[in-house]
Amino acid sequence: MKFLRNQLDKAKHNFEKGGKWEKFYYAFEAIDTFLFAPNTTNGLRGAQVRDAVDLKRLMMTVIIAMVPCLLFGIYNVGHQHFLALGQEAVLSEKIMIGLIQVVPIIIVSYATGLGVEFIFSIIRRHPVNEGFLVSGMLIPLVMPPDIPLWQVAVATIFAVIIGKEAFGGTGMNILNVALTARAFLYFAYPVNIAGEVWTYLPDKAQAVAGYSGATPLAVAAQAGSTSGANAVEALNSFGAGWADNLYSFWNLFVGFIPGCIGETSTLMCLIGGLILIVTGTGSWKIIVSVFAGAFGMGLFINAIGGNPFVELPAQYHLVMGGLAFGAVFMATDPVTATQTETGKWVYGFLIGILTVLIRVFNPAYPEGIMLAILLMNVFAPLIDYFVVSANKKRRLKRATV
Amino acid sequence: MENLINIGVRSIFIDNMIFAYFLGMCSFLAVSKKVSTAFGLGVAVIFVLGVTVPINWIIQNYILTEGALAWIGPEFQNVDLTFLQFIIFICVIAAMVQLTEMVIEKFSPALYGTLGIFLPLIAVNCAILGGSLFMVGRPYTLAEASVYGFSSGIGWLLAIVALAGVREKMKYSNVPGPLKGLGITFILVGLMSLGFLSFLGFSL
Repeated sequence: MKFLRNQLDKAKHNFEKGGKWEKFYYAFEAIDTFLFAPNTTNGLRGAQVRDAVDLKRLMMTVIIAMVPCLLFGIYNVGHQHFLALGQEAVLSEKIMIGLIQVVPIIIVSYATGLGVEFIFSIIRRHPVNEGFLVSGMLIPLVMPPDIPLWQVAVATIFAVIIGKEAFGGTGMNILNVALTARAFLYFAYPVNIAGEVWTYLPDKAQAVAGYSGATPLAVAAQAGSTSGANAVEALNSFGAGWADNLYSFWNLFVGFIPGCIGETSTLMCLIGGLILIVTGTGSWKIIVSVFAGAFGMGLFINAIGGNPFVELPAQYHLVMGGLAFGAVFMATDPVTATQTETGKWVYGFLIGILTVLIRVFNPAYPEGIMLAILLMNVFAPLIDYFVVSANKKRRLKRATV
Repeated sequence: MENLINIGVRSIFIDNMIFAYFLGMCSFLAVSKKVSTAFGLGVAVIFVLGVTVPINWIIQNYILTEGALAWIGPEFQNVDLTFLQFIIFICVIAAMVQLTEMVIEKFSPALYGTLGIFLPLIAVNCAILGGSLFMVGRPYTLAEASVYGFSSGIGWLLAIVALAGVREKMKYSNVPGPLKGLGITFILVGLMSLGFLSFLGFSL
């Protein structure tokens, strides 16, 4: 560490005003403040916020919270791969396959995203935005394991430029950057990110007999369109012959199922959520209310009934698809969520409700959490506006007594 | 009844005037700087749409379409006045807007002042004429047409108020110079309709 510090100090004069690389000062500053806590202090004027944790350290906390999801995801990619091939494999082989698939996506996402960030910071002369540290990790976690790398790059560039830098950088974006990237891919290249792409198979022909790449949500939706079926039975009997009990409730919860790299395991998402809540990085109100909203809506449509998918027990909605991942890491994004405390309840609740509604009633999208969060991102400022104006009204009444 | 609810939900969320058809963009972009103003304009649009669509439905079905004048006498059996459709629709809309304008001026001079030219311009707001023309293209009954007009207006209000909320927040954004103002708003509307895509394909 000392060596690094010395090298940085030695190079510093080149980047300061008058130095030969003056233009790249903000690129240097980004690396410096990323590695070491900055030693600059403000003068004793104006309002002061005293906290040992700056924005970069905060973002690191979120990344640490994502590590369980990432590690599990790497293992699971390999696990699903061998399951689909019908081969037995030891732990190290599975992890190896997972690493080969996942690491390039992470590298591409960070390289393109940070590249765009650095270019913008040099042209626009502002410090490099820390926000991408998190987005760059979220993007790989919401991608299918064998997404073409160029698509990851295109989506990342689109999301960073159009979704964030056009609005002025970190803290100014309206929509969640990682979800913008995913939605962009979803509508631009649906072949590679929808349907049965969730298991990494180099050649489909090798798959084990009876193999089907359908996700739990697709299986449940399928049961919904055939009369006389029961969604839970359909889930339980799925995979018979090559992977028994693949979609049992417990397996869905732990996450040994095909899906996006990081989203499959509700358990790991909850561990991540715990880290976020304990460190005060994420809002527990949003996480709880998303789950509550989805569960409540699930119970509600159960009561109405109609087809087997509608009658799917509400707890299944919580463990299928990306609901847990979205609730913990996407909905709690402090920039795009609501800022007021009452607003957070409303915001999370609506996300949960919309997710289940989209899943069940919109055959075009088997997965609902992505679009539900994007939609509520759009309405978040409005929710805040109404909460604030209601508060104003209440206090005015008190004041004029 | 179920049918009416279906049409209502459809035209608010799925066939949203702004995000599905991109109609009425002019005032949508211009009057969305403040939530309160946007809300006022939205209510005016709801009123105008909610009134003109049923009126135009009556005119369309009892005067304009071929054979619609048969109620006067058998000699009018073959009269087809469809070519007057645009003119008459616009006249009805303009009259309604005039009425709205007078009401707003009377009861809320402040809102009248902030809306300015965009209040009379509702008359040429394509969402309004679009509402009437969509109504003609679809086999609605009078009740359905009323619900359709009214809830299209609600959809428009929802869109403009959401945009205004976002734009109020964006006051603090450090938008690159060339994109300031309408540029970033266009990008913003594009991203917002990405969110609204979640309703596309809903089967009710």
